[in-house]
Amino acid sequence: MVNKRIDHPTGTETVGHEWDGIEELNTPLPRWWLWTFYATIVFAAVYVVLYPAWPMIDKATAGTLGWSSRGDLAKEMTAADMARQSVFEKIAATDIEALPANPELMQAAVSGGAAAFKVNCVQCHGAGAAGYQQFGYPNLNDDDWIWGGTLTEIEYTLTHGIRWQNADDTRVNYMPAFAGVLDAGQTAALAKHVLSLSGKATGNPVGAQLFAENCAACHGPAGAGMPAMGAPALNDAIWLYGGSEAAVRKQILAPRHGVMPAWKDRLDPVTIKMLAAYVHSRGGGQQAAPAQPDTQPARAVTQTADKVKTDG
Amino acid sequence: METVVKRLGVWALVLIASVAAIALTPDAGFAVHMGIVALVAGLLIVATATSYDPLARAQSIFKMPPGPSRYDDDVIRWGVIATMFWGLAGLLAGVFIAAQLAFPQLNFEPYLNFGRVRPLHTSAVIFAFGGNALLATSFYVVQRTCRTTLAFPGMARFVFWGYQLFIVLAATGYLLGISQGKEYAEPEWYVDLWLTVVWLCYLAVFVGTLLRRHEPHIYVANWFYLAFIVTIAMLHVVNNLAMPVSLLGGKSYSAFAGVQDALTQWWYGHNAVGFFLTAGFLAMMYYFVPKQAGRPVYSYRLSIIHFWSLIFLYIWAGPHHLHYTALPDWAQTLGMVFSVMLWMPSWGGMINGLMTLNGAWDKVRTDPIIRMMVLALAFYGMSTFEGPMLSIKAVNSLSHYTDWTIGHVHSGALGWNGMITFACVYYLVPRLWQKERLYSLRMINWHFWLATLGIVFYASSMWVAGITQGLMWREYGSDGYLVNSFVDTVAALHPMYILRAVGGLMYLSGAIIMAYNIGMTIAGKSRVEAPMGDTAHDEAADRPLPLPAAAQPAE
Repeated sequence: MVNKRIDHPTGTETVGHEWDGIEELNTPLPRWWLWTFYATIVFAAVYVVLYPAWPMIDKATAGTLGWSSRGDLAKEMTAADMARQSVFEKIAATDIEALPANPELMQAAVSGGAAAFKVNCVQCHGAGAAGYQQFGYPNLNDDDWIWGGTLTEIEYTLTHGIRWQNADDTRVNYMPAFAGVLDAGQTAALAKHVLSLSGKATGNPVGAQLFAENCAACHGPAGAGMPAMGAPALNDAIWLYGGSEAAVRKQILAPRHGVMPAWKDRLDPVTIKMLAAYVHSRGGGQQAAPAQPDTQPARAVTQTADKVKTDG
Repeated sequence: METVVKRLGVWALVLIASVAAIALTPDAGFAVHMGIVALVAGLLIVATATSYDPLARAQSIFKMPPGPSRYDDDVIRWGVIATMFWGLAGLLAGVFIAAQLAFPQLNFEPYLNFGRVRPLHTSAVIFAFGGNALLATSFYVVQRTCRTTLAFPGMARFVFWGYQLFIVLAATGYLLGISQGKEYAEPEWYVDLWLTVVWLCYLAVFVGTLLRRHEPHIYVANWFYLAFIVTIAMLHVVNNLAMPVSLLGGKSYSAFAGVQDALTQWWYGHNAVGFFLTAGFLAMMYYFVPKQAGRPVYSYRLSIIHFWSLIFLYIWAGPHHLHYTALPDWAQTLGMVFSVMLWMPSWGGMINGLMTLNGAWDKVRTDPIIRMMVLALAFYGMSTFEGPMLSIKAVNSLSHYTDWTIGHVHSGALGWNGMITFACVYYLVPRLWQKERLYSLRMINWHFWLATLGIVFYASSMWVAGITQGLMWREYGSDGYLVNSFVDTVAALHPMYILRAVGGLMYLSGAIIMAYNIGMTIAGKSRVEAPMGDTAHDEAADRPLPLPAAAQPAE
């Protein structure tokens, strides 16, 4: 059965077996292969001494270098935190309205805010902060602010969120649903009137009458809105849920109420302050008025709105 | 076949009408008569159906050689056809999801979204295409290298058809949303149980055949096949240990939780690569490369050492999939060092394959099948170098979760598994169907170059994409903050995703040419074409001019 022979082209002896015509040469292991294999084994042997490797009874060997991935992370995080610490402390100590007066600090706050925005905000507001109208995520680049556009107001919105259930001081209001209150003709007339406020349609007396009776209390007689109550302006070209007549009618009949988380649960106050500075810097930030806005009216509206809802 | 269907249809109509008449008539006597008619129709249905043999009909469609072969090749022919079919399906699914990643509008909810088609693609190419290739070649190789027929021919047929049922259940399950969410082990508990039964039968057929061999020694290819079958059985059973919520529902919960679950999953996942896509395909290489080259295997000693070191080391390397996760540091360290030590044992297979061509290297120019095998081995060598490199933690911190990983697996899957399988199928078809030659050798050449170019497009675009992604994720500005948001990185990768889809499309085109070539070969046709060969060599002219002529001045 064993039939060793010298293979002619290679000059190597065969092992002497044959399977379905296949023979095997008795070539020794290539030396470079063997020595590289040994080298990887030596590398492994050294590595397992230097680094955590062998599971013992209650914990694994720690390795002579004392390295751990948690320790590594903590070291890098500490270094990064230390590098930013002085700026953080300065921002923490500065009143947010006083930030713009210190351009260097404001610049640091804006870049810190931009970084935090990329991690926490782009999912809804988009990478360019332009929002998504089809989902009702507002554009943050324009100067139309539902809840106010000063640094203080933006910081408040970020801290407490909008209609965020777990935050006591969250910004909240509810526009009543007019489905069942207005008939189709009235709704169409009102929608036309709303669009006429920004010149997109011609006004009509029926719509104007309905607006004065039902809408002016929050949105203002000319539709200028009321940021203190979170009532959006209706007299500009900026629409949260779309500015077509159909979209406006839909919003009158069954208003949608967007929600934003209260970031105080997840972010530290300095990061929130920097985010406010970043959002304010996007182009539409407003100067603070002498009197700070009061959130009390918003809470009062909640109750009336709830009442309207229960009353049907 | 049509006549059988027509007859069955007529008898079924009579049966339904008579049963309806029994149900509706108020006349007892009429009901009894209709009962007799129904009974006769039922008997005729049984008689018609039993006289019909769908398998024989299908075998005549695929022109399988009649009469008993010397070896038990029937199930192998079916395996070759299944390999080709599932290969096309899997590659098509791959091109589709590559296009989805470049153009998300192609996600058709819910059945054809990326999340459902992606496991369809991976399972189709690994388990359906690769699995059928392994089944068919293992039955082919074990019979020939043992000089005997299959031990349990009936069970071998059950293995083949049972495996196809597993594939269909798995594939349709993904599209219907039935998944246990474990990568490469998505099928739910009942499909897993079925595969376990099929796989144990496969083991029985293979070991049974080895035991009745007429050769004193077991050939090296069979060591690899046996390692593949045994280890896959173990991996499959352990990773799929789960408790079904109900015996009448698809959902189950894994026996493992948290990081234990992750480690079990990647012990499975990595060794699916190691034993399914490496050991199994090395077995194919060990038979078909020496056969096609007509040369002895390079080194018997190397085959022993690299087999045992590969088997021993591979099984520990899984934790490198979980670097920088909740997995304890010690397990990550061991996963890494075992992967580094795996480098040379993996290369042993490449060396033994390539060096087998010693004395026959000229065939790389003249034989496109040999060329495919050489390319497969080259890609095998590249991926098995890249693998240990990616397992080093410093490299992994850049490459992990990026498209580099995708590029890595595809240089292995398209380059190694795909090309070696194509080469084996080209080798097998003329022999299994008893044809003089393949329909066309030049079409293999086309297939070779389309596939090679496709892989180059695919792998290089994913390398660029992966490294871009990794660098963008970790980029810090001088102000100490991250520079890019995730969506910035996605936008940056878009051109690479398009290139990847183009590469996939080229690879698929090559496979379509192959399917045509195989189909025409089975149909018994031969393409009239100039033979592939060397450039002409005129021995008589191959000498210096005689001296007097050299004295003439040049014009």
